[in-house]
Amino acid sequence: MNEIILVKDGEISLKGLNRRAFEDVLKKNIKTTLYGLGKFEITSAQSTIYVKPLSEDIDLDEACDRISRVFGIVTFSRAGVCRKDMAEILDFAPEYLKEKLEDVKTFKVEAKRSDKKFPYKSPEICRELGGKILEQFPHLTVDVHNPQTTVTVEVRDFGAYIHTDPIKGAGGIPVGTGGNAAILISGGIDSPVAAYMMAKRGIKLTAIHFASPPYTSQRAEDKVIRLLKKVSKYSGPMTMYTVPFTKIQETIKDKCPEELFTIIMRRLMMKISQRIALDNDCSALITGESLGQVASQTIHALGCTDEASDMVVFRPLIGMDKQEIIDISYKIDTFETSIEPYEDCCTVFTPKHPRTRPILKYVKQAEEAGDFGDMIEEALKNLKVTHIFPKEDY
Amino acid sequence: MEHYLDNSATTVVSQKAAEKAFEVMLKCYGNPSSLHAKGLEAEKELELARNLIARAIGCESDRLFFTSGGTEANNTAVFGACQALKKRGNKIVVSAVEHSSVLEAVKELENRGFSAEYIAPEKDGIIPPQKVADAVDDSTVLVSVMTTNNELGAVNDISAVVKAVRKKKSSVIIHTDAVQAFGKIPVKAKKSDVDLLTVSAHKIHGPKGVGALYIKKGVRIVPLHFGGEQEKKIRPGTEALPLICAFGEAVGEFNIDENYQKVKELNLYARKKLSAIGGVVINSGDNALPYILNISVRGIRSETMLHYLEQNEIYVSSGSACAKGKPSHVLSAVGINRDLADSALRISFSKFNNKGDIDALAEFIEKGCKSLVKKI
Repeated sequence: MNEIILVKDGEISLKGLNRRAFEDVLKKNIKTTLYGLGKFEITSAQSTIYVKPLSEDIDLDEACDRISRVFGIVTFSRAGVCRKDMAEILDFAPEYLKEKLEDVKTFKVEAKRSDKKFPYKSPEICRELGGKILEQFPHLTVDVHNPQTTVTVEVRDFGAYIHTDPIKGAGGIPVGTGGNAAILISGGIDSPVAAYMMAKRGIKLTAIHFASPPYTSQRAEDKVIRLLKKVSKYSGPMTMYTVPFTKIQETIKDKCPEELFTIIMRRLMMKISQRIALDNDCSALITGESLGQVASQTIHALGCTDEASDMVVFRPLIGMDKQEIIDISYKIDTFETSIEPYEDCCTVFTPKHPRTRPILKYVKQAEEAGDFGDMIEEALKNLKVTHIFPKEDY
Repeated sequence: MEHYLDNSATTVVSQKAAEKAFEVMLKCYGNPSSLHAKGLEAEKELELARNLIARAIGCESDRLFFTSGGTEANNTAVFGACQALKKRGNKIVVSAVEHSSVLEAVKELENRGFSAEYIAPEKDGIIPPQKVADAVDDSTVLVSVMTTNNELGAVNDISAVVKAVRKKKSSVIIHTDAVQAFGKIPVKAKKSDVDLLTVSAHKIHGPKGVGALYIKKGVRIVPLHFGGEQEKKIRPGTEALPLICAFGEAVGEFNIDENYQKVKELNLYARKKLSAIGGVVINSGDNALPYILNISVRGIRSETMLHYLEQNEIYVSSGSACAKGKPSHVLSAVGINRDLADSALRISFSKFNNKGDIDALAEFIEKGCKSLVKKI
């Protein structure tokens, strides 16, 4: 059978003259997400993207599943294709939608005729096809106001497309149209959610992770890789940089006041991240900070952290409750991985009584005492690069 | 060079045992239940392994039942005994330092209406037999006390436990988890008069995925699984023949006395070298099984030291759960404080270890003490 996926783009249609560029990115992202499933032809016309499988054996369920996570898509439909011929439509539609129609009691037919040369007008198509369906499925009744399913016939340039209710897409705008930014990811619940949220606004991600062996383990880093793989099902592939952070953390512990440990650590993370971000053409940093969640995320502490970098820092979770963050982490399937109990760079050495109202002047003085300049250069020279793809195995 | 000192977690499979599994997989691949010659050949191999292992446990071979490992054997023992005797009573008496495959099973039975009394160990981790007997009353159906503790190496006198308990109430079912003792000290199932006894293959240079439960003649337990005649319905399902035969092969290589002497010397050597390092505390009692040595390195989290040692190819186990979890129930039960429990390491030996392994361990624990940041 001849099937196709019809994708309706969302906010893109609002983007005026940039629309073409946005649509091209979206097509590219759809192509990337379908990688490995087989050959597809991806074209666009009349504010619809056509995803056409080029062989019979392609797994369209999997294709739809993947497309449901591509940002920039409002809805999409899996549709049957037939020739633009009334008799053929009447034959094909009830057969193609058989399973769905057997499942419901009420329906209506909608027709969209963008090919105005088609000899039947929309109401005529509805009437003809509605009659045919009622004839074949006597248990059905027509309900034009509140139907359980809507059968849609779209008569377009290249054929007639038959489908029922469209599937909700991931929303947002296509990844890559919003620029590049670097996400600081520890392995907890918050940072993967923050990454997801910024990707949804069109940002292409680079990931930065801080590792402190032997205080943190290889398993902690592997866990971050697995989290990023899950995020990449939405954001697309990305590069992850692992920063060797042991020496710096040991030195903070050694030379700086204990109650300022976390704040100085976070400032140094920002400094290092900014350098990596610049090298990777990123124009912003992203963190999973949420106001008041922990001592280092008070308004005063965030102020001190923020001062460490000149870049814009996006904190998409800033106003969210923990439960709201957890709800999203369930939705994007990162929660179970996030709660695996491996020590990460943010939990080693946590002071017993961290300063919740640090004063920038003193923080900077304490930081200078550590003399971190050379250590930062050393860490930047020894970055480990991992390429993240959505594939499950690695 | 690799220094594997985590033999209570699992052991390397012996060459002979691995070859046996390989051979059975490729040649003797029949189903022991099949009526034809291939089946008979497999059945013979199965019974040969059963004989070997039964002899090492000190029981009749028809009283030994293969399972998927220690956890399944312990679960079968605990659930099976309680299910069989639930009309006679609902109390379980269990040591507080059992392996989680016993403790969690008992907790589940508590949810299902049983009551449990947990017997605290002495300072050295040993469970006093009389305290066990004192807890047994008319409603008690099951007593479970491990032969050797997996974290500290404390060895219980199971014969004494059985004697004391039987004196109080003769009809109670007594189980012992002998996973850490088997192959290291003589295990005498029949002679000690226990009703149920658990062993596992992968702690004694056999493969993972196979263990066995001894069930005394006349003791009835209700199985966990149903659907086949295998293992006299105690554990239905086609037998894992390659694993079972490799288990038999590994047991065939037992040399308990000689290995005990060797490991005892290693243990003494390790105690001497490690206690010379400032900050190292020995948690295992003097009478503990020499195969297990539990220590704490003051101020350094278990996980940190473990990963530091791992960087130098020295493999040990953290004595407690990780920082985010609770401290080990065993270490808290013997009264070791939270700070020491958080920095505990379990070093466990096998016959393949030598002094060089301990020299490396001591060297890097000492170096770690100097270079790692004290956290606790």
